[in-house]
Amino acid sequence: MSNSNSILVVADHDNNQLKAVTMNCLQAAAELSAKTGGSVDLLIAGSNCQAVAEQAKALPGVTRVLVADGESLTHQLPEDVTPLLVAQAKEGGYSHLLAAATTTGKNLMPRVAALLDVAQISDITEVVSEDTFVRPIYAGNALATVQSSDAIKVITVRTTAFDAIASEGGSAEVVSLSAPSASGMSAFVGEELSVSDRPELTAARVIISGGRGMQSGENFPLLEKVADKLGATVGASRAAVDAGFVPNDMQVGQTGKIVAPELYIAVGISGAIQHLAGMKDSRVIVAINKDDEAPIFNVADYGLVADLFEVLPELEAQLS
Amino acid sequence: MKVLVAIKRVVDANVKVRVKADNTAVELANVKMAINPFCEIAIEEALRLREKGHATEVLVVSIGPDACQEQLRTALALGADRALQIQTDETPESLAVAKLLNAVVEREQPQMVILGKQSIDGDNNQTGQMLAALANMPQGTFASEVNVDGDKVYVTREIDGGLQTVSLSLPAIVTTDLRLNEPRYASLPNIMKAKRKPLESMTPDELGIDISPRLTTLAVNNPPERAAGVKVASVSELVEKLKTEAGVL
Repeated sequence: MSNSNSILVVADHDNNQLKAVTMNCLQAAAELSAKTGGSVDLLIAGSNCQAVAEQAKALPGVTRVLVADGESLTHQLPEDVTPLLVAQAKEGGYSHLLAAATTTGKNLMPRVAALLDVAQISDITEVVSEDTFVRPIYAGNALATVQSSDAIKVITVRTTAFDAIASEGGSAEVVSLSAPSASGMSAFVGEELSVSDRPELTAARVIISGGRGMQSGENFPLLEKVADKLGATVGASRAAVDAGFVPNDMQVGQTGKIVAPELYIAVGISGAIQHLAGMKDSRVIVAINKDDEAPIFNVADYGLVADLFEVLPELEAQLS
Repeated sequence: MKVLVAIKRVVDANVKVRVKADNTAVELANVKMAINPFCEIAIEEALRLREKGHATEVLVVSIGPDACQEQLRTALALGADRALQIQTDETPESLAVAKLLNAVVEREQPQMVILGKQSIDGDNNQTGQMLAALANMPQGTFASEVNVDGDKVYVTREIDGGLQTVSLSLPAIVTTDLRLNEPRYASLPNIMKAKRKPLESMTPDELGIDISPRLTTLAVNNPPERAAGVKVASVSELVEKLKTEAGVL
């Protein structure tokens, strides 16, 4: 139990490189470490993921990079990663296990928490002390400050609430772990990943999102053209996803992605509670809507009451 | 096969909750309550599995005070065969809920448990995964498609970068995402019929489960308000302000 107050962060990666959210999660870990005095280790579970380990060992503030590299971990299925993490939590004597609140982290961490017989604290936005955290509830309409009485705190981190740490400057020790054998109860069949040259929504500096007011998916290229000028990523409201305009991975909101870019442009989005929950922490919000009563204007720094089909081409032209 | 669906009574999705003046919780008195939207999708999926001939029985369970019988009756009106309330006036945390559901799983031996991916009050997104761990079952979370084939279920999952399909050995846990299906409405004759369907009630003690909390809520606060913005008259004014005032272009 040499590490009785240390922190283990689970890396988000695709076997080739770390996802940017890992750097935000490590910032939360650093803030926690400042309160507990414990060191921070990073776990990489994957297969043929040595490049990720190379990248990780340069991260400042990371003491050890634990690498479990094996066939069974290729797709990081929770049934296979959980035993590894549970064993590390117990043997390594970690006091805190952290992961970014991505679909990977959300899938994995509660499974780990249950086997450790501890609560999970989801989506933290602030580290108050070693056992107390702030997290949004009710679609971000309230912020709860919660204190855990468990010996091990299992936490997912809302990465938009923490700045990314630098990607260089550290020199962590790399430790190999043996990968567990596959559970046999689940198997990867396939995936369809959206191919885009644009940054991921959760890492974008500028996002332009369309809602029901876009009228159809065929009008989304109007947003893409503006996005091209801004180096932005295109998002959507739940209404636009529900209406079948665009796929769900573009959804910004309580039940989609939580984003906080420098600039968020909401186009034809009324501003339902569940959408606001996903974007209201953006630094600058612009709303373009022809309904001047739309609730989106209550959170917008700049509102333009106008027909989006006239505004978008004009905006594209003015940004050229 | 038997399908178990877990549902939660929550604040209606259209209600904007307010934080109580003493900052201990949100105000829930006289607020409209409903089945959590993701749980409605779970009920619908179970009913479709029965209609396709995969499920023979749909059992719906909810944990809460007697008021949650209202949501169980709604589920029965939608077509569930029977209902189980686990009676408690406490608000058990996800881990306790998962333990209670696991006790029901041991008793009922379902081949599949379907839950919503998250409830829109606590926004935890934990219970299904925790139940899967405790029941030692595989999990297909954030499902947008569920296909049963023999002793396996193929689940297509909404992941950050797109879609992922996994195959799980039954029995398995599935949690629903938005696009899995569009829930039906209950018809008036079915609402009448639901009143005669079996609704059993048990307590956590009877299931032998300790539901004591692990977390203490120290405070509930309003999120920081955004300062009021301005309306601009034209695209050029907007671009100008974004460049000079906001400095984001």
